[in-house]
Amino acid sequence: MRLEYFQLIDRIAEIDVGARTVTVEADVPSESTIFEGHFPGYPLMPGVLLIEAMAQTSGWLLIAALNFERMPFLAAVKEAKMRRFISPGEKLTVKARLLHEGSGYAMTDVAIEAGGKTTCNATLTFSHVPFPNAELRSHMEAMAQKIGFPLEAIRHG
Amino acid sequence: MSTTFDQVANIIAETCDIPRDTITPESHAIDDLGIDSLDFLDIAFAIDKAFGIKLPLEKWTQEVNDGKATTEQYFVLKNLSARIDELVAAKGA
Repeated sequence: MRLEYFQLIDRIAEIDVGARTVTVEADVPSESTIFEGHFPGYPLMPGVLLIEAMAQTSGWLLIAALNFERMPFLAAVKEAKMRRFISPGEKLTVKARLLHEGSGYAMTDVAIEAGGKTTCNATLTFSHVPFPNAELRSHMEAMAQKIGFPLEAIRHG
Repeated sequence: MSTTFDQVANIIAETCDIPRDTITPESHAIDDLGIDSLDFLDIAFAIDKAFGIKLPLEKWTQEVNDGKATTEQYFVLKNLSARIDELVAAKGA
């Protein structure tokens, strides 16, 4: 994770486009300026960033399901639960499942596990549109390479 | 057996917390019931699941934006119900 850059996931461990599931790994950094404020003397991973990690995980699944032709944007967060504190240095596994593919929107069920137990979960809604510009698409392709997204396999079906 | 309109009205009432008796076939989901595009995604989700279809929201939105259709054609509930019936019939064809 590079919290200051909103890079919340590190590696795609497994993606199954047919089954509409993805598992990613995310290592909470030991140090970050975020922890200086959240909270002084008691650093905790902010809940909003855990939700963002779940959104990004779901987002990669949707990008794969949409053949890397469209960009999903978070539209709604439902039933988000933060079941325990997440501390600096923890290793997280985030698992998402596509709940519904609508016309221009999609919903996912997603959960974060730490130490083998579910620590957060939510149902997320996304709207998705064709990539709005070449710069964003290029950035996402570079990020895909970085996190082990099977870009060529997705492109060629 | 409930009509398509009844099912849609029940979905809207439950999803958006709107009193069921205020929802009529002539109601415009946006203009009369105050449902915005984000809330309508929850309704579309419930309709898609209930009827086993995929409401073509992107196509409808594009048609409205291009001036080829009016929102009344898709979002007045009697018209929405008719569109759903067409999609269900097309699925079974």
